[in-house]
Amino acid sequence: MACKCDNEVCYAELDKFIAEGHYDDPDSLIQVLHHAQHLFGYLPREVQIYVAKKLDIPIAKVYGVVTFYTFFSETPRGENVIQVCLGTGCFVKGAAKVMESFENELKIKQGETTEDMQFTLSAVRCVGACALAPVVMINDKVYTHVDPSSVKRILEKYLISAAS
Amino acid sequence: MKIDSISKLREIYEEKLPLLALRQAEANVGKERVLMVCGSAGCLSASAQELIDQLNEEIKAHNLEDLVSVEITGCFGLCAEGPIIRVFPDDTFYVRVKPEDAKRIVETHLMQGKVIDELLYLNVDTNDRVMRMEDIPFYKKQFKIALRNCGIINPLKIDETLAAQGYLGLAKVLEENDPEKVCQTLIASGLRGRGGGGFPTGLKWDATRKSVADQKYVICNADEGDPGAFMDRSVLEGDPHSVLEAMAICGFAIGANQGFIYIRAEYPLAISRLEIAIGQARELGLLGKNILGTGFDFDIELRYGAGAFVCGEETALMRSIEGKRGEPFNKKVFPSEKGLWGKPTCTNNVETFANINPIILKGAEWFSSIGSEKSKGTKVFALGGKINNVGLVEVPMGTTLREIIYEIGGGIPNGHEFKAAQTGGPSGGVIPASQLDIPVEYDTLISIGSMMGSGGMIVLDDTDCMVDIAKFYLEFTCEESCGKCTPCRIGTTRLHEILEKITTGKGTLEDLEVLENLSNVIKDASLCGLGKTAPNPVLSTLKYYMDEYRAHVVDKKCPAGVCKDLLEVVITDKCIGCTKCARTCPVGCISGNVKEKHVIDQTKCIKCQACIAQCPVQAIVTE
Repeated sequence: MACKCDNEVCYAELDKFIAEGHYDDPDSLIQVLHHAQHLFGYLPREVQIYVAKKLDIPIAKVYGVVTFYTFFSETPRGENVIQVCLGTGCFVKGAAKVMESFENELKIKQGETTEDMQFTLSAVRCVGACALAPVVMINDKVYTHVDPSSVKRILEKYLISAAS
Repeated sequence: MKIDSISKLREIYEEKLPLLALRQAEANVGKERVLMVCGSAGCLSASAQELIDQLNEEIKAHNLEDLVSVEITGCFGLCAEGPIIRVFPDDTFYVRVKPEDAKRIVETHLMQGKVIDELLYLNVDTNDRVMRMEDIPFYKKQFKIALRNCGIINPLKIDETLAAQGYLGLAKVLEENDPEKVCQTLIASGLRGRGGGGFPTGLKWDATRKSVADQKYVICNADEGDPGAFMDRSVLEGDPHSVLEAMAICGFAIGANQGFIYIRAEYPLAISRLEIAIGQARELGLLGKNILGTGFDFDIELRYGAGAFVCGEETALMRSIEGKRGEPFNKKVFPSEKGLWGKPTCTNNVETFANINPIILKGAEWFSSIGSEKSKGTKVFALGGKINNVGLVEVPMGTTLREIIYEIGGGIPNGHEFKAAQTGGPSGGVIPASQLDIPVEYDTLISIGSMMGSGGMIVLDDTDCMVDIAKFYLEFTCEESCGKCTPCRIGTTRLHEILEKITTGKGTLEDLEVLENLSNVIKDASLCGLGKTAPNPVLSTLKYYMDEYRAHVVDKKCPAGVCKDLLEVVITDKCIGCTKCARTCPVGCISGNVKEKHVIDQTKCIKCQACIAQCPVQAIVTE
């Protein structure tokens, strides 16, 4: 879900967000990073430096926060973000095998992105849909009662839409 | 339009009351109908939105708009049977409803007045279809306080909250104008923190009230990070105003005018419902300056988590709100004196806040009459794992585990046997079958090595390996340890390594001793709740399932058949020699002639079990 616009527009948007919400103080760092990631798709070094200057915080502090929270990513993510739920409810219903199946199909490991930037595979700890376990979220769509053998079929939909 | 006085709010309550008139089980059945459709994240994932759209279309097509309305509502709890529709006033409970069922619900039920049998709940014990929600065994032992409005009101419409006595609790405390009395009421009610710790809420409020400062804060901890728990999410999605109101009451009681809700970014629906609710409350003057014309100011802001489990810990959470790394700090001085930005701060969990309005309106005595001697009121649990009725339940404290698992939860599916219930998530422990009759309350659970936790209850059956479960939780805490304290950062990693060793058949008896010693060190030497409780899954499984650990270490077997490296895939005499398995095997380790029994070369087998899935006569088993 990388940003489609050019960077200048993103920076302008970020400036606007900071100005309008009065977020130009160190306390607002996490709010600002959330928005920056939303705009840029991820948080590259330049963006972190920009935010540090804007909020008047040492760059190291910004980096420290970005690397502390798993939600923030320093690498660009694929067009489709696959989140396999590894919460307890899903785990006891075989989520580990579902993850394995995605890894085999996409030939990447958990946390990685395919070379063609089509898919990022990640784990999520509980999306709160335990009754429908195992659960996989691809972008905003939730797939329920996922069987390792149905992984290929699920992925095909996205491959077809990417090809067209 | 602002509601500028307490009497005006009461007038509006009377005025809005008819909105909920149809939604009483005893309401008169006339021509009007209201369809309550569960709009929580679980049911929405199962096409509830399409169902709602479809229902509205059918209603329009049959010109029933004046008589029938469709309302979104909070979680009914029986998530395993979702999406759910409850039709009022003829009190009909439809389960597993698909968008394509909309047509017949409108034509058969609404127009001809006939109940659609196939969509009713099926009681598997008696093989009867059940029409009324109250008659379903799942609901019989439940008692709803925190979830009182879920399934009754539409969380997107503040008018319905007002009709359900929303903000009347705030009005009452503002009218009485006695912060100390509010704290005393809570102390007398016996309400304890529902986030897991179980600290008496009233004492916390009172301590913060007594602190003298120019600024104080109220925090709602909605960072529900415990994997397998979704109680708080359901309250926020189904009844967001109950939390906002309670935070304002807390603000009044302790002398704070600013509140923060710290919520997981993984809960987009709950975030959007909260944003809507805060906007509505501000518009009506129920949040903001001079609330209800009493001169009391209180406002609430949202702060998003960013995927760190440790931020559910009170002090780490405050750091995170301040825009820093979520590392806990020493509570030498309690947050009630020095918390957020060094100011007195009162933090409560979502479910705790959801209990406040009824306590204020109905009184401490009413609340303390529910539950057990030391644990008052009710507790919401998210039942998950190997249980028939996966979902959300609210029971009086002191209900036994057996009642929760068998009567409410409907027992274990597929003829398997109950093995253990895991409560408290990565901080808790397992409750074995021998303890099924203990009452579920704060102190009893701690006494048997588990804890109440925030309410996740994962049921395990005889196909779950306890060593593997312990390893799962340790993997989680390893990853989520913030790294500040060595015992937690390094200790949990070592625990995980030893468990990995055991599950791959390389464990020794000495490892079992090390596991226990190291666990106790981590427990004693860590700073915050995460580290102090991280070894609990190991200690409690060691305590109750030592046999299973020994089987892994001594016999190199996994009795539950989970740990791959300890399994042998073998072909039994049932084999008909169809050769399917040999053709499926990815490493070609199965040999045999057609129509003769095949054999697996154990030295080459990678235990992928692909052959088991292919065998037409179930001749291949794991040992």
